[in-house]
Amino acid sequence: MYVSRTAELWVGLFVLAGIASLFALAMKVSNIAAFQSADGYEIVARFQNIGGLTERAPVTLGGVQIGRVKSIELDQQTFQARVILAIAPDYNNLPEDTSASILTSGLLGEQYVGLEPGGMDATLSDGDEIMLTQSALVLEKIISQFLYQTASE
Amino acid sequence: MIEWTRNLGAKTLQSLGKLGRATLFLLRVLAGLPGLARRPLLVVAEIYSVGVLSLLIIVVSGLFVGMVLGLQGYNTLVDFGAEESLGTLVALSLTRELGPVVTALLFAGRAGSALSAEIGLMKATEQLSSMEMMAVDPERRVIGPRFLAGVIAMPLLAAIFTFLGIIGAYGIGTNLLGVDAGAFWSQMQGSVSFYEDVLNGVIKSLVFGVVASWIAVFEGYDCMPTSEGVSRATTRTVVHTSLAVLGLDFILTALMFG
Repeated sequence: MYVSRTAELWVGLFVLAGIASLFALAMKVSNIAAFQSADGYEIVARFQNIGGLTERAPVTLGGVQIGRVKSIELDQQTFQARVILAIAPDYNNLPEDTSASILTSGLLGEQYVGLEPGGMDATLSDGDEIMLTQSALVLEKIISQFLYQTASE
Repeated sequence: MIEWTRNLGAKTLQSLGKLGRATLFLLRVLAGLPGLARRPLLVVAEIYSVGVLSLLIIVVSGLFVGMVLGLQGYNTLVDFGAEESLGTLVALSLTRELGPVVTALLFAGRAGSALSAEIGLMKATEQLSSMEMMAVDPERRVIGPRFLAGVIAMPLLAAIFTFLGIIGAYGIGTNLLGVDAGAFWSQMQGSVSFYEDVLNGVIKSLVFGVVASWIAVFEGYDCMPTSEGVSRATTRTVVHTSLAVLGLDFILTALMFG
């Protein structure tokens, strides 16, 4: 069958445009280009209450994203939430007494794990646990505390 | 009453028979596909008529669907002070649902109906039977390339549609409504997952591509070889494809995101 040269060119252009769109969707729209949890190392943090923290939430230090929440599970013995953080390999010199807290970006924004560096020389490595943690602030608890305080005054 | 029951039974048997014919037809076409590797130009010519000629409607609808989503989403989100999440809203609804589904519906109207009419006319003017006389299998020579072209073109069209929709929402959101461009992209990247959202959208459009092309070529091939038969086949293609796509979309969504 005879296929004209321009038709061939157009088909080539069409396929190229489709693949370019897929590529743009992958790189620009989804987070495949951002840090992947496959490389890097994992550290564990236990929280009394993680609030609305979800998997793939960012982990930041000083506002800079250095990793992601890899998984969240409940420790059956202590009934605490075990949050596994995947940290990018570049940031391998976090002090051992680094503390973690669950914070909220903005008033209604998503929750993320904020790390606060300590002062020790020893550094965290794969599988280590962060000892100092601060749970998420649950709005109802704060309000009830506030109410009790004002009632007692 | 007896007449009614008899009609009902005849209708049921007819539809069952048609479904069986369609399935056997699909299997024969699939079995003939490997032979196309030796003549890829046949498929290229069909991708031109199915894919490239559908580009205009896909591009324009993609841009406008994205722009409307941007406007409507903004109006809702701004009440909660969450207008920065516009990118997330638009990207998720486009990659997961609107991209594959609207592309399939447009494809049914633009390319599917043309395929049915073309094949139906070939049958009505006895081109298909004359091919058989010359020992050319019309299922491999005519149907196979058209089916394969539809399956290849659909995911590409859906990707173009989705991407242009996001661009349209971006243009409206940042230029007209004053959403911060950085927040638009970063919030989107934060919540759209490549494997869960983008890839599942591609799988959806691939499934829709198979279904839409299958219905289009079968209705054409199975039509009554008269001018009325061809027009009915064309109508049925659009109606059946739309229904099948919407129904399948529900099942796929329940499986993927349920």
